[in-house]
Amino acid sequence: MSTIAHADHDHHDHKPTGIKRWLFSTNHKDIGTMYLVFSLIMFFVGGSMAMIIRAELFQPGLQFVDPQFYNSMVTVHALVMIFGAVMPAGVGLANWMIPIMIGAPDMALPRMNNMSFWIMPFAFALLLGTLFMEGGGPASGWTMYPPLVLQTGKAFPYLIFAVHFLGISSIMGSINIIATVFNMRAPGMTLMRLPLFVWTWVITAFLLIASMPVLAGAVTMLLTDKYFGTSFFNAAGGGDPVLFQHIFWFFGHPEVYILALPAFGIISQIIPTFARKPLFGYASMVYATASIAILSFFVWGHHMFTVGLPITGELFFMYMTMLIAVPTGVKVFNWVATMWKGAMTFEAPMLFSIAFVILFTIGGFSGLMLGITPVDFQYHNTYFVVAHFHYVLLTGAVFALMASVYYWIPKWTGNMYDEKLAKIHFWLSTIFANILFFPQHFLGLAGMPRRIPDYSVQFTDFNMISSLGGFGYGISQLLFVYIVIKCVLGGKKATSQVWEGGRGLEWTLSSPPPYHSFTTPPKVTKTLMDY
Amino acid sequence: MHLNKIKVRFLPNFTVILSALFLLSPEILHAAWGLNMTPGATPISNEVYNMHMTSLYVVTAIGIAVFSVMFWSIFHHRKSKGAKPAKFSHSTTVEVIWTIIPFAIIVSLAIPATKLLAKMDDTSKSEITIKATGYQWKWKYDYINEDVTIYSNMASDSVDASQMNSGIDPNTADNYLRNTDTALVLPVGKKIRILTTANDVIHAWWVPDLGWQRDAIPGFINDNWTMINKVGVYRGQCAQICGKGHGYMPIVVKAVPEKEYQAWIEQTKVALNSKNSDSNKDFTLAELKAKGEGVYKANCLACHQANGQGIKGVFPAIDGSPLANLKENIPAHIHQVIYGKGIMPAFGEQLSDSDIASVVTFVRNNWGNKTGHVIQPKDVLAARKK
Repeated sequence: MSTIAHADHDHHDHKPTGIKRWLFSTNHKDIGTMYLVFSLIMFFVGGSMAMIIRAELFQPGLQFVDPQFYNSMVTVHALVMIFGAVMPAGVGLANWMIPIMIGAPDMALPRMNNMSFWIMPFAFALLLGTLFMEGGGPASGWTMYPPLVLQTGKAFPYLIFAVHFLGISSIMGSINIIATVFNMRAPGMTLMRLPLFVWTWVITAFLLIASMPVLAGAVTMLLTDKYFGTSFFNAAGGGDPVLFQHIFWFFGHPEVYILALPAFGIISQIIPTFARKPLFGYASMVYATASIAILSFFVWGHHMFTVGLPITGELFFMYMTMLIAVPTGVKVFNWVATMWKGAMTFEAPMLFSIAFVILFTIGGFSGLMLGITPVDFQYHNTYFVVAHFHYVLLTGAVFALMASVYYWIPKWTGNMYDEKLAKIHFWLSTIFANILFFPQHFLGLAGMPRRIPDYSVQFTDFNMISSLGGFGYGISQLLFVYIVIKCVLGGKKATSQVWEGGRGLEWTLSSPPPYHSFTTPPKVTKTLMDY
Repeated sequence: MHLNKIKVRFLPNFTVILSALFLLSPEILHAAWGLNMTPGATPISNEVYNMHMTSLYVVTAIGIAVFSVMFWSIFHHRKSKGAKPAKFSHSTTVEVIWTIIPFAIIVSLAIPATKLLAKMDDTSKSEITIKATGYQWKWKYDYINEDVTIYSNMASDSVDASQMNSGIDPNTADNYLRNTDTALVLPVGKKIRILTTANDVIHAWWVPDLGWQRDAIPGFINDNWTMINKVGVYRGQCAQICGKGHGYMPIVVKAVPEKEYQAWIEQTKVALNSKNSDSNKDFTLAELKAKGEGVYKANCLACHQANGQGIKGVFPAIDGSPLANLKENIPAHIHQVIYGKGIMPAFGEQLSDSDIASVVTFVRNNWGNKTGHVIQPKDVLAARKK
């Protein structure tokens, strides 16, 4: 009976058509595509907010937006970029690639997969809708610290429920990834033969499952503090405003690695491909990723060095934070060692990956400096921090995502992208991102706090440079959209392997792969990453 | 008009930027641009600066080493140069080495950092204690043991220039956004304990020249100290987002010799004692309006706006509101200014009777509010006694 059903399934590569194909989709490739398109849209939504911020900061004085709206731009930009752009892009890649990298026919829980995607547009409708309400959007910073966040007007419950929905979506996505990787690997695809992208995602999924409910708890307590008379975070009622920060950052720091680990995985796929040489230290990469994930639960206090923790607490968090530099260093050294004595070519994915290694490392350096508690008292809440986390998230995570799109889009569409335009996109992005964020180190050191709509005149010059870089970076991303659309519509046909150095199951499928792939699992007998 | 302004300011700056980039002289950059952290005015701030520089040199050295290897590889191990890929995929020896070396570097940074942190944490044996309380959006300073309390608002020329499209060049304001009407006066050469707390939301008290910032949290009191060596004026501002006026709560510390400090304390005590000396005096409408405008600018404008319209859905309008127009609401109006309501803070403690009388009179006779109501300080005094 089941044999018949199976054979029958294999025969027709049919797919539903029209809007139903997308609304009711249970196909990992379609859902992956929807995630990626959604995240690209959100990248531009969040990006246009960044443009408003940089326009206001172009020169001292208030020119375009009032401070309340400025604060809501700062807040919503962060929420959109974190929960709307980078995370869904990561989940989209996981959806598309994990099944075809491990030889599975689809994700383990296809209907849940559909739901975890379709929650997101509703969550963002709630969040972005607040910007058009009386009183405006949430303006407390994405960290939602009470008591300030409790001053939010009508936007408040929308903010809380948007965060809840996004959390539910992420948790479902994570359960799906874990279930897929642990149950649906092709025979012979042992854990230590998994492509590193899959490994980093499994670890990320565990981080999500462990940290998202904590955030949900924190925002629920905010909700009851505001509407139901509780005093979790109200000192006057016996509560503790710092408690929120502990809970929030217990989620928030792992969240940082939720954004970064899939990027590490992407880079670990791309560099060997274009160096035509196996990834150096595969096992140590897996262990380093796991160590970073575990350590990420013990460093939340470094976001709170200035709240007045006891000195023993500050020392503990300082040591743990500095310790993270060790496994992160191992990863960087491994990437460099992978390039060493390879035979490198420099297509767009490789260029973005090399830029990632350098610029993410610069973000890591400022991270190490920020981890030194007594000096953090001078860096804290300044543009030095803004520069730091944009180096790790924009030139880090987003650059890795750009690399991944160029790397895999020939597989997805069956067409090669325009290499020349992609290289122009790379150079524009890299140059402008550095003009945008490098001067912010100087602004922070010179004493400019973050999240201010206007500044003292000694900060004018670097803000101008930074804004120019910002506009340049923003405009350059339109080129990316053009390249993607052009590639979807046509171009040189891609081979199955796409890249000369492409190794792994995904490169054994045709480009584009059939709608249902690996319905008969492939047999894996040795590591697929040999050269 | 508006675009012209941008162009005019932009062009000379851009020339400066370009020429500076070409010259790249460190001295010029440092002087004109503020590239680096300040060594500050205290022994601690100097140690913090040194620790910062040490860690900066360490990471720069690591960066140069790692990126040199990488770029050497990028230039030599490329396919276009005929490179043949090697086969190796791991080496336990190098992996152990590059785990141990970073660990050793980190330990060598952590030791001095621990010592410095312990020093910064030790607030014992302080001679003077100040309590800094954050308000939306100003600072209050209590000189504990001296019975002196001052409020520090942003200076009014900065308030004017910082309004949306004010038409005032920020460069013409004295220390734009970093100047206050009242400075925190401290003596040099004494160990001063600074407590931070807040009245409404979380703020952070930060003067870079003192070498640290610390959050000011409602319901908590944080403990810090400083010892300023050099006479001078040191500027900073709130560092933790605290709402709409976050960018507008400057901190000015004026460090003076001990004698001058004592004189200032005495003088301020006298001034504070006579704060309510005019409570029984009657003023004309014009006098009250004139004074009230200044009080409004320092205390009310951030929320209710220069035009009295507030921000819809967040801060109510005063212009046209029943509270500020109907005669029967005068007592309620005075009461609300003294005791606050919702997120509106209580101003009773920080404003004198004549301040409150004049600001209430001002808003009742400004914009579209043309009530002709005159509120005298004695009305406020009476309301306080209720």
